[in-house]
Amino acid sequence: MTSVTGSSRLPLLDRAVNLAAVPETVTFPGTRAPDRARTVDSHGLRIAVHEWGDAAAPPLALAHGGFDFARTFDCFGPLLAEGGWRVVAWDQRGHGDSEHAALYSWEADLRDALAVVNSVTAGPVPVVGHSKGGSVMTQFAAALPHRVSRLVNLDGLPSRRSMPDVPDHERTKLVAGELAGWLDFRRSVVDKVRRPDTLDGLAGRRARMNPRLSREWLRYLVSVGARHDEDGWRWKIDPALRFGGFGPWRPEWAMSRLPGLAMPLLAVLGMQPETMGWTTPAEEVEPYLPPGSELVVLDDVGHFVHIEQPERIAKLALGFLGEPR
Amino acid sequence: MTAPVELRNNKISLALHPLREGPGRSLLLLHGLGESSPGAVPDHLAVWPGPVWALDFTGHGASSVPAGGGYYAEVLMADADAALAHLGTATVVGRGLGAYVALLVAGARPDAVQGAVLDDGAGLTGGGSVPTTPYVVNEPLVVDGTPDPYALLELSHDVRPPDYATTYARQASTLSGLDTALVVSAVVRPPWLAAVAAEPGVRELPRARCLDPFL
Repeated sequence: MTSVTGSSRLPLLDRAVNLAAVPETVTFPGTRAPDRARTVDSHGLRIAVHEWGDAAAPPLALAHGGFDFARTFDCFGPLLAEGGWRVVAWDQRGHGDSEHAALYSWEADLRDALAVVNSVTAGPVPVVGHSKGGSVMTQFAAALPHRVSRLVNLDGLPSRRSMPDVPDHERTKLVAGELAGWLDFRRSVVDKVRRPDTLDGLAGRRARMNPRLSREWLRYLVSVGARHDEDGWRWKIDPALRFGGFGPWRPEWAMSRLPGLAMPLLAVLGMQPETMGWTTPAEEVEPYLPPGSELVVLDDVGHFVHIEQPERIAKLALGFLGEPR
Repeated sequence: MTAPVELRNNKISLALHPLREGPGRSLLLLHGLGESSPGAVPDHLAVWPGPVWALDFTGHGASSVPAGGGYYAEVLMADADAALAHLGTATVVGRGLGAYVALLVAGARPDAVQGAVLDDGAGLTGGGSVPTTPYVVNEPLVVDGTPDPYALLELSHDVRPPDYATTYARQASTLSGLDTALVVSAVVRPPWLAAVAAEPGVRELPRARCLDPFL
């Protein structure tokens, strides 16, 4: 199974040396680097686009989740392309190879998505989105029904579970900590640079979010999602980005976009509980599904359905999307 | 007028203008949506005994303009927090959008904000209490200095649920140690502000007397 080349064990004493070592080539079975890479100018910001498949084939838009990057599709993307699609993925602003922005918002992500879709067609496209990418593209489909032909949402439907029910006084202190914590983080990120680590160190950190992935697959993801500087490996993502949303947001706002969708929807839920997942139960989603939707509940898969089981999810998506046209 | 102090909020350069120098606690003015800092202390605030400063928000006045937008009110709260980091403690007076930001920062930094005044001004209403029909701009907007048209676009419809606003009001009242943490002098009362005005520890005063509890 393993096809990792180079050293995978780091003696403790050599750590400093190895941080600065020449980057090794990491491979993983089934992965394929994008067939084409380019950039799109979105309202003055440079967005990196990665494509798999015949450039003349019908386009399909593929959106990654928050804190992820387009090259997590190095297995899933080629599988969709083999179904006859020109698969067009992009790095969200601040993620992967896209430019780091001064500001990040949901609305800005929507504009960036439209700029990417506009770069391949003026007509409708099928859309596949994971997690936040699924949620953003669901809003995209609600706002621009003439631009989306079919929608696949991969574990991108939020749960209605809210904050734990605590006495009001306690809650005030909890909120106070969150708010001050967010502002303290903003104060700390001015000119912030990530700490360098080894490739294996970053793979270990990613493993905390993806507990069922093999070490080889994790190392591959690091090799395309991180960059190798002279002093070690760093995730490419903007250090100014922080886990967790901020500001007013209610899951029902996202869910309320669903019933009115004008195009067929395939919703996939990954039910294995993980740090990043919502594990939204089917009964919370069912009342919101538009007519003709398909809901697939996968009990044995976590939040990163397409990274964990690319063949299975590609087969599901291709079956739902039908013949490319 | 004295040159502004340059502050940072992540990658943004912010201009903090000294309007009047002197000893004592600072008064910090936050402008409305599309506005910028006034050139002099407004007449109704002249009673303030200490120094007076005014902050230009991201994409406004002499502050820098980010590429590609991405504005929301909490980012401007971080603008105000950068000013507080420079001033220490301050009493904050906000107009319109600045009033909403004053509420947010009063709740998030209850030790640093010694009272906040919420007054009428551009952008007071925001985008209402729940999200409205989504809209995605297709063609890039023409950016020519400040105010940034992306700020006008995005901050004119950021969602302001009343129970979100009152969370901040309660934080300010509970944690600031002040009898009056917030003064509402705005005549216009969008749902978020009506809810805040009804909270304990919030006083309604006419503009001419809005600083009374903090003098």
